[in-house]
Amino acid sequence: MRHLIRRLSIYLLAIWAAITLNFFLPRFAPGNPAEVVFYRLAQHGEASPATLNALEAEFGINTTDSLWVQYLKYLNNLIHGQLGVSITYFPNNVSDVIGQNLPWTLVLLSVSVLISFLLGSLIGVFMAWKRGSAFDTIFSSLMTFFYSILYPWLALMAVYFLGYSLGWFPFSDAYDVGTVVPGWSIDFILSAAYHAILPALTIVVSTIAGWMLTMRNSMITTLSEDYVLMAKAKGLTSRRVMFAYAARNAILPSVTGFAIALGSVVGGQLLVEIIFSYPGIGYALYQGITNQDYALADGVLLLVILATVFMNLIVDLLYTVLDPRVRQERSA
Amino acid sequence: MMENNPGTQPLLEVQNLSVDYAASNGIVHAVTDVSFTLHRGEVLGLAGESGSGKSTLAFAISRLLRPPALIASGKVIYHPRLRADQQQFEQSTLPVNVLDLTSEELRSFRWNELAIVFQSAMNALNPVMTIGAQIMDVLKTHRPGMSGEARKQRAIELLRLVGIASDRLKSYPHELSGGMRQRATIAIALALNAEIIIMDEPTTALDVVVQREILTEILHLREQLHFSVIFITHDLSLLIEMADLIAIMYAGRIVERGTQRDLYLRPRHPYSYGLIHSFPTLHGPRRRALGIPGSPPDLRAVPLGCAFHPRCPLAFGACTTHLPALRPVTAGSESEQQAACHLYDVRFTSEAPTTQTIAAQYAALAEGSGTR
Amino acid sequence: MRVLRGFWSLVTLNGKVMVGSGIVGFFVLVAILGPLFIHQNPLKFTSALLEPPSAAHWLGTNQGGQDVFIQLVVGTRTSIFWAFLTGVLVVIISVTVGLLSGYLGGIVDDILSLITNVFLVVPALPLAILAVEYFARTELTIALIVAFTNWAWGARVLRAQTLSMRNREFVTAARSGGERTWRLIFFEILPNQLSIVAASFITTTIQVLLAVAGLEFLGFGDSATVSWGNMLFGAYNDSALLLGAWWWFAPPGLCIALLGSGLALLNFGIDEIADPRLRREPGLKVLKKQKAVA
Repeated sequence: MRHLIRRLSIYLLAIWAAITLNFFLPRFAPGNPAEVVFYRLAQHGEASPATLNALEAEFGINTTDSLWVQYLKYLNNLIHGQLGVSITYFPNNVSDVIGQNLPWTLVLLSVSVLISFLLGSLIGVFMAWKRGSAFDTIFSSLMTFFYSILYPWLALMAVYFLGYSLGWFPFSDAYDVGTVVPGWSIDFILSAAYHAILPALTIVVSTIAGWMLTMRNSMITTLSEDYVLMAKAKGLTSRRVMFAYAARNAILPSVTGFAIALGSVVGGQLLVEIIFSYPGIGYALYQGITNQDYALADGVLLLVILATVFMNLIVDLLYTVLDPRVRQERSA
Repeated sequence: MMENNPGTQPLLEVQNLSVDYAASNGIVHAVTDVSFTLHRGEVLGLAGESGSGKSTLAFAISRLLRPPALIASGKVIYHPRLRADQQQFEQSTLPVNVLDLTSEELRSFRWNELAIVFQSAMNALNPVMTIGAQIMDVLKTHRPGMSGEARKQRAIELLRLVGIASDRLKSYPHELSGGMRQRATIAIALALNAEIIIMDEPTTALDVVVQREILTEILHLREQLHFSVIFITHDLSLLIEMADLIAIMYAGRIVERGTQRDLYLRPRHPYSYGLIHSFPTLHGPRRRALGIPGSPPDLRAVPLGCAFHPRCPLAFGACTTHLPALRPVTAGSESEQQAACHLYDVRFTSEAPTTQTIAAQYAALAEGSGTR
Repeated sequence: MRVLRGFWSLVTLNGKVMVGSGIVGFFVLVAILGPLFIHQNPLKFTSALLEPPSAAHWLGTNQGGQDVFIQLVVGTRTSIFWAFLTGVLVVIISVTVGLLSGYLGGIVDDILSLITNVFLVVPALPLAILAVEYFARTELTIALIVAFTNWAWGARVLRAQTLSMRNREFVTAARSGGERTWRLIFFEILPNQLSIVAASFITTTIQVLLAVAGLEFLGFGDSATVSWGNMLFGAYNDSALLLGAWWWFAPPGLCIALLGSGLALLNFGIDEIADPRLRREPGLKVLKKQKAVA
């Protein structure tokens, strides 16, 4: 129980810290973000002195409210899902923009991560079992290279060579915008799947190396444990020994690693979406950044941070289920 | 404590077994030319310090060695028996060489005929599986005809046999005490009524009180279920109490073999003597205890001749040049006590030393060290 | 001379270490010596726009007529410098936090662990973007913010290691000898953890290399500086893709991947040296024929 409380407090603190940081940064950074946004708005022809005042209020500059009051107002807005108005997609609310783009990101993310983790772990198990073989050596070297790839670079390469030059896969948008209409039709689903192949492939290739190597090393260590030897001595089938005894234990570090790597996968996905013009929130983020649309950018970032923290929490709970040893009180 | 019945059938015959480790800087001979016979219902004790090769030997017999270890030569002949109550290992009762078994045959051999109790139960038990599951999966693999309920009943019965409450079926290894964990491993070992149970230092990791409990239990179970035991330990005094036949190993070879009585009354090899008497007795006159000076040799550089000679208080010329063979101590003696020592070889020594002589030499060594 | 020889034997100890240090060494050499051979301003605009690789421009030119190869070489120095500098920064933070947390225990450990865990759980890139968007766009800003978001993993590893070392005899001995706490931590415990710190440094450097490049790609870098990440930013921004100028965006990313791989190989090599179980015994193939194992 105590273990669980400890873990929960981390997540709560993380959520609070992210929200508060998001509040403070614009107020304490050098320069006047309100003016920047104002001039941007002016380009759209939507500017008046009142707008500037409103912006300054939003960013907490030159207002009469104390910091504390501003903070409470900010929290209140957050709870109501009020993240501000987007310049880029003016006059839409940030939350609307996010709401529209979020499903695409979620789909791409879950599919890619699932494939990457499962495939990576399985291959890792086989690499360890067939240690020293050609399979193991080749894959190990390959993975070392993939481990260090920058997501957007791989995306660029994929777009250029597989999409642009060879024309094998589509390399922008989530579905064939010209011909297909969103809905639950087969056409749409197929088109969406086809468009998702390249982005998903990019993410999978960039992230699979980590799982593979973690699992491989973990399996190698586990395979030398006494309980694996005993399992063999008991005359159990190789399959049972490998999965129920070895892999079942070896996966624990992978799960821990999964939670931590989640952060970088999410970050990577954002970058990949940009390159593929995939209409997820990563793409929206990029629009926000390049247009200095702070409300949009911050909104997306905050959401991403909170979501990742939440996902970490889920994985943590999963770990408690997988490893009976942590359910008891344990000293650090 | 039973006398060894000469009419008992042989169960396991190890013939000239040698095990090597292929390390990056050469071959190490972990076990060299070991032969012994285990009879039905017998307790065979394997004694020796760490590095003597006793555990390696046990793993070699059950073919559990991991690379870079490999069996260099020898045979392990097993004599199966037709048993009415369970699956047949072999359809016939012809002896088989365990080392020649195919993987399918080996899987059938394992645990049905030969089970192992590992040294550290905490390491030998799967930490994420309940002990009930660890008993039952053996049953599931080897007794496909058994129903789930029957398996559970058998598991409860086994736990009861070793003195663990049945509600522990759903416990994880880390939730049990050290003694209970070891008993659980014993329960798993008994699951298929194996003929041979190898126990690799089963009580070394436990405190003395629990040790005694577990040993008594093992003997009790043996009387009930009639299995044979190969008991591996460094504590020779334990073996003298419970083993029928004892083999003492040093640097990968057997240096003495005899019954518990032989070793108790008349240990022949100076090493055996030293081993027995390195444990202080509760009674008897006060004496300086030295144990055996020096330490076991590095297997990569075993001394020429008799491996023990650098530490032996009775070593002489021939010991440094000729490797002693394991031979009967007194030609035509009523027991089969054997020792690999030139002191008992008429070609080198005219008169074999008595136990008193050996004791005196050790005492002299002990006294001598005091003046240094 | 002895130092050199010791260094050489260390490097050739293990195949992976050899290849890894070869790669890293190559890049470091280019970083140090490369720009000395370049006599042209990498940012100089020419009229040779978007030309594919040729004798005059080894890797072609970009949208502004700038020579890609020259930019790559000059960029090597920048990227490597900032990657290593940031790596050092991160190591300093994580070692300090890890050591203090592990050794002092109690409330200090509770607080520091909490902070470490929070940073572990929050995704690094989004947090970094959040921080960097309000500040000036310089390389230093990026370095500081990347360091700020990437120290947690190393701290956790070091804390675990310190905890296990804390109860060892040499520590107790030093403590009973009246050694002051801070001296104990930095002069007794730390030297014993150097291999872990080294491994942590290498892993961190890979991460920060990617993180810095990622931020630069998004445009947060200093546009007047030439670096691999900035080159990618330029390439994407100026639609190198659509214009088919693969020679513009392929090389910088490739360099990042290669340098990263070199560092990773080094790391695996060190892992294998430290943990013998991960090593492969030579001559294993011969043994497979034997019947030692079922």
